[in-house]
Amino acid sequence: MVPRQDLRKKPFSSPSWNEKGFFDSSHSLCFRNAGEYSSDSVLNCRGKVVFSELNVVSILEEGEETMEQMRGAQLLIESLRREGVEYIFGLNGGAAMPIFDALYDAQGIKLIPMRHEQGAVHAADGYARATGIVGVVLATSGPGATNLVTGIATAYMDSIPMVAITGQVFTHLMGNDAFQECDIIGVTRPVCKHSFLIKSSDEVAEIVAEAFHIASTGRPGPVVVDFAKDAQISESIFRYPESVNIRGYKPSVDGHPRQIAKAVDLIHNAERPIIYAGGGVVLSDASEELRELAIKTGIPITVTLMGLGAFPETHPLSMEMPGMHGSCCANYAFTDADLLIAVGARFDDRVTGDLSKFAQKAKKIQIDIDPSCIGKNVPIDVPIVGDAKRVLAKMNQHVHHVDIEPWIRQTDEWKEKYPFEYQQRGDKIMPQFVIEQIYDVFPDAVVVGDVGQHQMWAAQYFKFTQPRQWLNSGGLGTMGFSLPAAIGAQLGCPDKTIVNINGDGSYIMTIQELVPAVTLKLPLKIFIINNMYLGMVRQWQELFHEKRYAAVDYHDNPDFALLAQAFGATGLRVDRIEDVRPALEKSKHIDDGPVVIDFIVDEDENVFPMVPAGAGLGDVIRGLA
Amino acid sequence: MVEERHIFSVLVENRFGVLARIAGLFSGRGYNIDSLNVAETDDPGVSHMTIVTHGDAQIVEQIYKHLNKLIDVIKVTDLTAENHVERELVLIKMNATPNRRGEILQIMEIFRARAVDVSPATLTIEVTGDEGKLKAVVDMLRPYGIQELVRTGKIAIMRGAAK
Repeated sequence: MVPRQDLRKKPFSSPSWNEKGFFDSSHSLCFRNAGEYSSDSVLNCRGKVVFSELNVVSILEEGEETMEQMRGAQLLIESLRREGVEYIFGLNGGAAMPIFDALYDAQGIKLIPMRHEQGAVHAADGYARATGIVGVVLATSGPGATNLVTGIATAYMDSIPMVAITGQVFTHLMGNDAFQECDIIGVTRPVCKHSFLIKSSDEVAEIVAEAFHIASTGRPGPVVVDFAKDAQISESIFRYPESVNIRGYKPSVDGHPRQIAKAVDLIHNAERPIIYAGGGVVLSDASEELRELAIKTGIPITVTLMGLGAFPETHPLSMEMPGMHGSCCANYAFTDADLLIAVGARFDDRVTGDLSKFAQKAKKIQIDIDPSCIGKNVPIDVPIVGDAKRVLAKMNQHVHHVDIEPWIRQTDEWKEKYPFEYQQRGDKIMPQFVIEQIYDVFPDAVVVGDVGQHQMWAAQYFKFTQPRQWLNSGGLGTMGFSLPAAIGAQLGCPDKTIVNINGDGSYIMTIQELVPAVTLKLPLKIFIINNMYLGMVRQWQELFHEKRYAAVDYHDNPDFALLAQAFGATGLRVDRIEDVRPALEKSKHIDDGPVVIDFIVDEDENVFPMVPAGAGLGDVIRGLA
Repeated sequence: MVEERHIFSVLVENRFGVLARIAGLFSGRGYNIDSLNVAETDDPGVSHMTIVTHGDAQIVEQIYKHLNKLIDVIKVTDLTAENHVERELVLIKMNATPNRRGEILQIMEIFRARAVDVSPATLTIEVTGDEGKLKAVVDMLRPYGIQELVRTGKIAIMRGAAK
């Protein structure tokens, strides 16, 4: 097929205009040597030919809008606009320059330049987590693309809808070890939902439409679109598909009615049922339905790290988070339950502990949109493949209150006996105290956590009541995620307070993203729980490696308050208990840019309760004597 | 758990990169591919793969689900439990000096194998069949000295009308 851009390069005979300004299509000799064109291009030429001022030819179908020849890069921007994209997070470079050029004066789409591609991809991720809208990141080829890999894998593990666009070298150079060439499709294959390579500008619109469709439907996930530079430059007509139909991709969203009936029957006959809800509830926007199920049936509920907020932790039925650092109540309930209703949760090893001891007495119902998640780790009695929102809505029509009074008494007793607790050590600032104070000052904030001890303390001591109120890298456990993710979250939710709870180890991994936060005047509250160690690793060394503290001492970190000031942010250092609350109150009123508070906390504090890796949930260590 | 052999018939989009996605699905999870055959179908937009693999019931179920999860995979059928026909083609280059050639040709006749090339010291044989037949013919020929053996891997198709 003759590339469409060739049409405008051919010399034209003198055009004759009809009264509408359209060139009459009956003048088939508008092209010299029309016979040169293949039947394909003649087909493309049916309809009418328009000459604009720029001497660009557009081909119109009867009744369609004017469509101009555009460069591939421009086609990409138009396609993104059709998808409703608001922000693109990116970092410029050689093989992506035509795209950045097209964004330079693009209307309606804002380009957010970040300081490192990893920052850009986490920002797109944070935007997606906070809003539920597909996040978009743009980077160049080679190192730009490989710098995205951690962020793509992070989004993949947590099923976050994202489209990652990478520049690629010219198609004739691909495979030649060209400058900044990397087979990013190959590199990202195991860590993304799907990937595309655009080799011709003709493919742009269709591929972008498919990429967004795949990223945002079914079990969401990141899609990589690798875009060869010649395809960015060459021209085609913009024609955006109205719908996407991929024959190999048809997620089932409605649960099977017979399976739902079986589940309802199990629920009504259980004596010790619990609901185990995960991140899938947030992704499917099913929090309302989940609340209805729990409250209508009166069944106690535990929500995983990825789902926190999907059910209010302040509700009497809440048993809070399960798993390695979860509540004793949730873990004991797993061990004693006779029915487990798993909703959008994937039986992660950090939740289940030793599988041979996990929920052995329970029949199991699992609702998940991804069939491969069902029965992967634990045999399931009633699998229901479908979208959590729809399946729960159906279930809610049939369930009624179950009489499980003794079981409720038991779970209430565990809750009362084994709450999350810590002991004050001298006049040290205890990290848990800081989290409690943050919760007290910012109870409605969106909290972006990083990875490590502070993440667990935040999950334990902040009481989440709304979905999308807690954003963190739960699956991959990517340190450095939170600061850039907080930038994305703030842009996505300009009216919400964004609190970034960070660690001293994770903060410095992506600290450069303080630059765009300052430039954009984002009122981020960045709170560092600074124990001068890579704390979670130090904890494991203390418990399991005979206190051999290899590579975890972070006393040589810079002064984060001064550093924040150097970046142009407000920087405060807090090392006395009585200053914790006033500093937080002060940060509340700083709204012209980010504020960084470096909380110097007790270095020796560990996260408890703890189920050691490989142990059963019943073997929880509640604390060190 | 008991390990079982399974034959998956997989229809995929005829696109670059599909084979890598399928291979990656197996290698990334430590699953084995015993044989894999891929070629275009009657429809040039669609390729057919026959994948022979083994594992316990849980692994085979995961393979089935993950194959289905790939966007470029159109349809997956586990033929093992279905009534199906399977075939494999083998090319065998034998050491065959003129004095041994007669014996080899006799064995070939029994298995309905064909000679496809001959040289003063070798005879190349083509033979088609199911697993049992191919094993038998190779066992019979081995004492004469096999120089080289190339197999296509299994292809399989369901019997009777399409479901």
